[in-house]
Amino acid sequence: MRVIPSSAKALKTQSAHRVTVTGEALRTGIDIVQVSRVAESIQCFGARFLNRLFTSAEIAYAQSSAAQCNDRLAARFAAKEAALKALDLCHEAVNWRELEVCRDADGSCRLQLHGRAAALVAARGASQLSLSMSHEADYATAVVVWLRKDAGSPALPPLFAITPSPP
Amino acid sequence: MNSEPDLERQIRDVLKAHARLNSDVEGLAATADLYQSGMTSHASVNVMLALEGAFDVEFPDHMLKRNVFNSIQSIRQAVAELTA
Repeated sequence: MRVIPSSAKALKTQSAHRVTVTGEALRTGIDIVQVSRVAESIQCFGARFLNRLFTSAEIAYAQSSAAQCNDRLAARFAAKEAALKALDLCHEAVNWRELEVCRDADGSCRLQLHGRAAALVAARGASQLSLSMSHEADYATAVVVWLRKDAGSPALPPLFAITPSPP
Repeated sequence: MNSEPDLERQIRDVLKAHARLNSDVEGLAATADLYQSGMTSHASVNVMLALEGAFDVEFPDHMLKRNVFNSIQSIRQAVAELTA
């Protein structure tokens, strides 16, 4: 399949990481975490580290595999930090547990906002969040994309038109 | 109650142990930006937890902001508020 931008004119680049389409805003956040340092934090601070950063569901999933526990926790912490950047919440008083990484039955992960984080984002208008995580060796990383539609803006055509590949 | 010099001494000790800065903590000005000095978001979590242990406090949600842990001075103000 080929993906063709429906209107290049609709894109206005405002900064290296932010592209605004009329009536909408697109922000990204990314973070990378060293898995061995997460292991060190758990060794040093124990349950305090886990319970401060992660929900019980996140901890339960991570601990369901002893071999992958630290990888999963590191990726989830990276996801929370990426979300804080994408959602422009770094200077707000938001608890990490309010940015929960939920794993669906098909293995895909998404962000679920709670409490103050959810309220702050909701106040900024209808929006969509997309999350992707990865880990290899001693590093875990996550990227979050936030697509926000300004309140009061008319519905817009999709950014891209998808056409079948030529024969 | 800790005196200000004692408070700052303990904070510097915590930073030395947990902040993973790219420069010597002893030489850092109290207003120096710790993030610009190499403290990552993960290290700031460790610093927070270590401060809680050192001072027997818990940072409430309203203090979970980047600027609270931005400098030795801002940390000192936060800890002083929590231990008052």
